[in-house]
Amino acid sequence: MIDIVLLTLLLAVAIAIIRMKDLFAVVMLSGIYGLLSASFFVAMDAVDVAFTEAAVGAGISTLLMLVVITMTGRSENTTRHKPFPALLLVVITGCLLIYGTLDMPYFGSADAPVHSHVAPRYINDSMQEIGIPNIVTSILASYRAFDTFGELVVIFTAGIGVLALLSSVRRPDNGDKIVCINYSMHEQHLVVRIVTKMLLPFILLFALYVQFHGDFGPGGGFQAGVIFAAAIILYAMLFGLSTARIVINQPFIQLISATGVLLYGCVGLVSLLNGGNFFDYNFLSNDAITGQHLGIFLIEWAVGCTVASVIIIIFFNFADYRERQQSNENEHNQESP
Amino acid sequence: MIAHLPVLQVIVPLMAAPICLILKRAQLAWLFSLLVSSLTLLISILLLQQVMTSGVVSYELGGWQAPWGIEYRIDKLNAFLLLIISAISTIVLFAAQTSIEKEIDKNKHTLFYVLYLLSLTGMLGIVATGDAFNVFVFLEIASLSTYALIAMGEDRRALWASYQYLVMGTIGATFILIGVGLMYQMTGTLNMQDLSQRLPEVAQTRTVFTAFAFVIVGVCLKLALFPLHHWLPNAYAYAPSIVTAFFAATATKVAMYLLIRLTFSVFGLSFSFTTIPLQTLFMALGLFGIFVASTSAIYQNNIKHLFAYSSIAQIGYMIVGFSISTVTGLTATLLHVFNHALMKCAIFLALAAVVYRLGDVQLNNFHGLGRQMPLTMAAIVVGGLSLIGMPLTVGFVSKWYLLTALLEQGWWPVAVLILFAAILAVIYVWRIIEVAYFKEPLVNQAAVKEAPMLFLVPIWALTIANIYFGIDTRLSVQVAQAAAQSLFGVTP
Repeated sequence: MIDIVLLTLLLAVAIAIIRMKDLFAVVMLSGIYGLLSASFFVAMDAVDVAFTEAAVGAGISTLLMLVVITMTGRSENTTRHKPFPALLLVVITGCLLIYGTLDMPYFGSADAPVHSHVAPRYINDSMQEIGIPNIVTSILASYRAFDTFGELVVIFTAGIGVLALLSSVRRPDNGDKIVCINYSMHEQHLVVRIVTKMLLPFILLFALYVQFHGDFGPGGGFQAGVIFAAAIILYAMLFGLSTARIVINQPFIQLISATGVLLYGCVGLVSLLNGGNFFDYNFLSNDAITGQHLGIFLIEWAVGCTVASVIIIIFFNFADYRERQQSNENEHNQESP
Repeated sequence: MIAHLPVLQVIVPLMAAPICLILKRAQLAWLFSLLVSSLTLLISILLLQQVMTSGVVSYELGGWQAPWGIEYRIDKLNAFLLLIISAISTIVLFAAQTSIEKEIDKNKHTLFYVLYLLSLTGMLGIVATGDAFNVFVFLEIASLSTYALIAMGEDRRALWASYQYLVMGTIGATFILIGVGLMYQMTGTLNMQDLSQRLPEVAQTRTVFTAFAFVIVGVCLKLALFPLHHWLPNAYAYAPSIVTAFFAATATKVAMYLLIRLTFSVFGLSFSFTTIPLQTLFMALGLFGIFVASTSAIYQNNIKHLFAYSSIAQIGYMIVGFSISTVTGLTATLLHVFNHALMKCAIFLALAAVVYRLGDVQLNNFHGLGRQMPLTMAAIVVGGLSLIGMPLTVGFVSKWYLLTALLEQGWWPVAVLILFAAILAVIYVWRIIEVAYFKEPLVNQAAVKEAPMLFLVPIWALTIANIYFGIDTRLSVQVAQAAAQSLFGVTP
């Protein structure tokens, strides 16, 4: 029952997103969409996925899109192309997808291939083989550690891509102007600023909790990194970039993101040098289970570092770019009268 | 260490990327990338030797047995591809530093090498792995770094080209992911070897049909198969020249590999070609692609556009060979993958040298370039002749095998069409030769000199390879044939 309600809401939000012309509303709705899908995942007992979706889909991606909107403006351009061929293509694709569902095994049926081939070993043996209660973490961090490594590199690539496209040498002379822009904002948000200041330590603490609790419950490096970055971004938004930059400077944060990837890889290399295969954590220590624990602890740490720093890199570069745009506009305005 | 070669092939460039970011200094990053790329080349040579002598190499990541963990599985087919990718990457890197000096902002050079190494990692990862989901992960690494590299182009239009590619590429990747998800649902496994054993049981279901459709369309988007090729010409034309040289020779080849791997190894020959009318479909698309793209190439004034369209036509040749679905046909495709990498890389590197000297590759600027940059232009001519399929060049070898394969099946009308298409290639190559050799140099370009050595060495290494592998075909044909035979389950 709850599934039907959630899916209907998802559909309604999706249609609203398509119909809306106000981009600010679209971004907010996509955040709601993320939250709804997260709830849907919870209803399907996939709490780890739900947690990630809530942190990424509803949280950080909404934030990043908001930053983009401040650069592009709030309203959508009028469409000049004819949407009908595209609509036809989408309908065909949708029909094919529905056609594909016709022969699927029923959801949750015990004899579905998904539940009878690979999964039983994960469920039955992961406790002895890896020794941590959260099976999802066992699979992500040990059985399929290489996929997770790949995903981490995807995130690293995204950060480098943003750096390559948006970063530029900062001109030292316009520092004062940036402070002015932020100063006006501070006056307006006094309550939010005080509340944020009180909340920040707790957010950071929660991030650390999620980081270290991944073995036992939903959570892990990805979610922790996102939450940690969200705290920093919140601070930067309310207290101004230049204030945040005192704490976190670009070269340092780039170094952290690279170190995360290297740390992850080095866990693999050490097990390789100790005589095992790449990412064979059993070889990290004399005792296999201790080795698995150590390996998972280290790679979760690596994931957390890179994810947090990449998101901060992305945010700071977008925000920097926006400031440069604004200060350029200000210069123009001063010249024109 | 020999036992770990399969994983080192991917891990070495992967770990090098963050180290490159830490190195900071551009010159240092370049030398380091060159070193790393040569190391991957060495590894791929060793791997190919190992595979040719002792058969398939399997490597269990994390020490977990295959369907539970991720497996790297190197057979003749992917060892061949690994060699092509790492060799091209190494050769291109020689010229990289000189080329990007003119085209990319000084303080972004280090980031360029980081992204370059990441895209190398992504492509090697796609090819080396034996796990369907792992393919997607590395596809993402390759794609993201590619989008960023293309957007680094000097021209503002590079941003638009990159955006177009981003949209199309993301759709392709999503389709592949949907397909992999559906396959997992029906079989409960992600390992390719395991999939190929468990798919036939459920081959008649509509879900598997849908999975196949999504995967194939997704891969064809990445492959830029006609009519899904619209992202390619602009991406090639506006990306930094050195990036074009790298991608033209590798990116579509990786997609071609995926197509072969999925149809032959995962879904199996009988499902791909008997249950689904893939043969007729691909034959038609391949032929259309050859003619439409070659004709468009004739009308281009930007030489990078011209050769980008020619690339789409060459993909058509590969698809025709693929759709014959015989050992000879597949050999022709694999040979063309290798040969096309050689010729397009040589041509685009030469164009990078032209950009370095002239700043532009419009046809008008080529007036009299044959006399001003004789060595560079000669390389373009050899590459062009190879594209046409002249004897004594590599292009001839792959065309020869393609025609043999077609005639074996008695499909002589197709063979005639293929020969006719070569005339179109003659026309577009001739346009360049005419301008470069039979027109007087422009007044404002009187001072243009030959390209620097760092360009000429890699360009001519490739050009000589173009001729060498056109005469001594032992290495390329032997490996391609062995790979094709192993895919058909024929023991030589």
